[in-house]
Amino acid sequence: MYKTIIGLEIHAQLSTKTKAFCSCQADVFELEPNTAICPVCTGQPGALPVLNKTVVEYAVKAAVAFNCSINLRSSFDRKNYFYPDLPKGYQITQYFTPIAENGYLEFKLDGNEKRVRIRRIHIEEDAGKMIHQDADSISGASGSLVNLNRCGVPLIEIVTEPDISSPKEARVFMELLRDTLRAIDICSGDMEKGALRCDANISVVDEESGTSSNRVEVKNINSFKFVEKALEFERERIIKALEQGTDVDRETRTWNFTKRETISMRSKEEENDYRYFPEPDLPPLQLSGEFVEKVRKNLPELPQQRVQRLIQQYGIPEYDASVLGSDVKISLFFEEVSRVTGKPKDASNWIMTELMREINQRGIPIDEMPIGPEHFKVLFQLLDQGKISAKIAKELFPLMVETGKTPDQLVKERGMEQISDEKLIEEIVLRAMESNPKAVQQYRDGKKNVMGYFVGAVMKETRGKANPAVVNEIVRRLLES
Amino acid sequence: MKRDFLNYKIAELSELQDDAKRKAIAYFHERITAFNPELNAFLEVLPLSANYSSGSLSGIPYALKDNILARGTRTTCASDILKDYISPYDATVTARLKAEGAVLMGKTNLDEFAMGSSTENSAFGPSKNPWDLNRIPGGSSGGSAAAVAAGLVPFALGSDTGGSVRQPAAFCGVVGYKPSYGLVSRYGLVAFASSLDQIGPLTRCVDDAYAVFKTIARKDINDATTINNGVNLKANDLPKIDLKGIRIAVPSDALDFEGLDERVKSRFLEFVERLTEKGAKVSFIELGILKYVVATYYLIAPGEASSNLSRYDGVRYGERVESENYEEMIKKNRDIGFGDEVKRRILLGTFTLSSAYYDAYYRRALKIRRIISDRINKVLQEHDFILNPTTPTLPGKIGEISDPLTYYLMDIYTIPANLAGMPAISVPIDPVDGLPVGVQFMGKRLSDLQLLSVAKEAEKLSGAYENGLAKLPERWLHV
Repeated sequence: MYKTIIGLEIHAQLSTKTKAFCSCQADVFELEPNTAICPVCTGQPGALPVLNKTVVEYAVKAAVAFNCSINLRSSFDRKNYFYPDLPKGYQITQYFTPIAENGYLEFKLDGNEKRVRIRRIHIEEDAGKMIHQDADSISGASGSLVNLNRCGVPLIEIVTEPDISSPKEARVFMELLRDTLRAIDICSGDMEKGALRCDANISVVDEESGTSSNRVEVKNINSFKFVEKALEFERERIIKALEQGTDVDRETRTWNFTKRETISMRSKEEENDYRYFPEPDLPPLQLSGEFVEKVRKNLPELPQQRVQRLIQQYGIPEYDASVLGSDVKISLFFEEVSRVTGKPKDASNWIMTELMREINQRGIPIDEMPIGPEHFKVLFQLLDQGKISAKIAKELFPLMVETGKTPDQLVKERGMEQISDEKLIEEIVLRAMESNPKAVQQYRDGKKNVMGYFVGAVMKETRGKANPAVVNEIVRRLLES
Repeated sequence: MKRDFLNYKIAELSELQDDAKRKAIAYFHERITAFNPELNAFLEVLPLSANYSSGSLSGIPYALKDNILARGTRTTCASDILKDYISPYDATVTARLKAEGAVLMGKTNLDEFAMGSSTENSAFGPSKNPWDLNRIPGGSSGGSAAAVAAGLVPFALGSDTGGSVRQPAAFCGVVGYKPSYGLVSRYGLVAFASSLDQIGPLTRCVDDAYAVFKTIARKDINDATTINNGVNLKANDLPKIDLKGIRIAVPSDALDFEGLDERVKSRFLEFVERLTEKGAKVSFIELGILKYVVATYYLIAPGEASSNLSRYDGVRYGERVESENYEEMIKKNRDIGFGDEVKRRILLGTFTLSSAYYDAYYRRALKIRRIISDRINKVLQEHDFILNPTTPTLPGKIGEISDPLTYYLMDIYTIPANLAGMPAISVPIDPVDGLPVGVQFMGKRLSDLQLLSVAKEAEKLSGAYENGLAKLPERWLHV
């Protein structure tokens, strides 16, 4: 048996308006290269950093949400290394005293309670970005372009203890972390856009012999799926080495998206000496207890608290609550629909299946959807009153999303009312029995599933609008009479 | 009798009528053009311009050490690696001087990136001491000191990391003042050692130093290390101070320092005698930290410098040498871009910050810095000021000293103020053999006004002044 030990280092880009140490725009994802830069973030001679207060507030929000103890006095340090995308030659970070330490995040996985401890959260600035021509790295490239827009974009780095014991757990942890960052509204959580980045340390222990493998670092994992995939790959690679009586190198690897495997980036010997030392351009960061308390008090509901509340308040199953509760906007919408319709379980069903499908397919976030709780209210009424079938309702739903019209409008416009007229249905059934006496005989001989044939005939003729309950009832009565 | 513009204090110049001011600006411009070729005080002389706003320094010509940015001008730091760098913005001090009407005449020479005590370490040749062209003006603000001492400008700004304003002021016979750390914004000063650097004026009298200080000092939102409410800068004139009863500490360990020139020492003791005669209470005390200050400084300053200078990698600044790969390229770029002294300090700083040696050197230096600071504070609780010679020696001959350690030791009296963030000022006293000598007063943190006031009293006891202004060498009196 092998035990897997995983620790994560996560960089979350803070969704502040301006950068960490200057007033340049911070959301640079879609900007033309080198358009959101100034003397400070490009490290011009003589320029000095000034700390953005919102960055501190966001970091404290994260610290509170992740149950950390907050250092009222923290400080900034320089991490020195040479790279063309690092215009000052150093990154401002918090190395010696981070803003927060000793937190944790708890979640349920496969029925078990899991707690992952968080070692520290610190503030730092991002570096720029390079595009290398004709090569993967700067060495061997025929040319390299530098985009400094990202320089100075504020990040927090969240470092876990090595408490994660499987690749799947790593993924679930990352998802919960993202949901939490979104809930407290400090990070978009989009891994694909680089707003959330993950490096993982993994080692494996052979529990029989007690031997432990070298630790491998997997860097630059850029999707939740790849967190799991890369670590699974790495886990297998390490176990294979252990089984052959050897070990993997202690090195840094990266997940290769196209080859679906990790590849070596550099060995431990090539690691930089970052020459950390206190940043002399920024005084220590002194927070007041009141400031922290204010942030704590104004912290919005976190995903797990919300899940528990949804279960209790609306009586929906835990599964539903966890799906709805992971996203603050979805869960708010659910609560609104429940309130307006008075039917939480129906609301949950419709939102989890039909609405989420529409959101995913159309790529439109819920707050930009043209339908609101009223639409659900009318829809549920039409169903209750038997004016439409469940099948029709499901057909109606995408039309509602597309047009923004209420279901009763659509039903009227398109003549989709359910037919419950017994006489009409009786006539159709009788006609069908006349034209297929053989089937009638089969039913009466005990082949009960022939009934479906007659139901189908009615549906075909009414173009699906017949009330299925009424049709079933009439078909059975007539066949058995 | 028409007074020569050289005999005006800043306050008097600023009260002239507009046409007289324009004449004054043209006069100083002419002097710069005439004398700079001999002195090499300026690296760049700006075209004559009579555009200036009204304000407390309206129409006053001045010079900036070439490590302070002025938008649109070159800021070279006397280094090849920045020789073509045009400032994209104004330093805060530059902007504030401009707002008060001061007129920038040019950029002055320095030791490359302010590293040095002689202004010999300039990629563009050494500056000369106006009192003896064979001698160094001191450094690193040697160009600014020489410019003021030869009467090329009424004032100049320098930067002081370990004495770089006060030491050249002493060598050139002018006033050099380093304010308390945090009073003057460093925004736009090319960083050498950020926790020690402070911009300060070089002038021909303390009143002028105050006039400039008043304009440039105050909290700056662009520099997080500047402070609020440090010092009251509203008053037009310095508060009066009476030498009678003032408690002055003279560190006897400074006078025992073996590198102290006997002539400097005797001039200094004569000056102390005059202070005593005026009623000052002078006590000789054991400071006890002097033997650590140079070592501490040369761990902290190069450490910060190695980091501050890493941005000059030849990618954005300086010349780029074609190379096989990136590492090779920055090595070559930095090799041709930096001079020996800068390289020496970068290597030293890189070494002491490296993870294997950080605890043994850098962290320990930070602790000793704290101890030095505490010790100075303690002495300044019992005394109002600490007084010592500004420098242990007279200005040496250009090219005379090749051993860097000898130079490092020459800053022994000025470094403590930087390590502790205290204000300190050098005032010229009676010269020796035609060469200037300076004394340094150091005060409590944020006691800048009292410090300037006591320095103003000291001027009255000095033989280096005439009509309230430091005398100029004969040879520069007439264009």
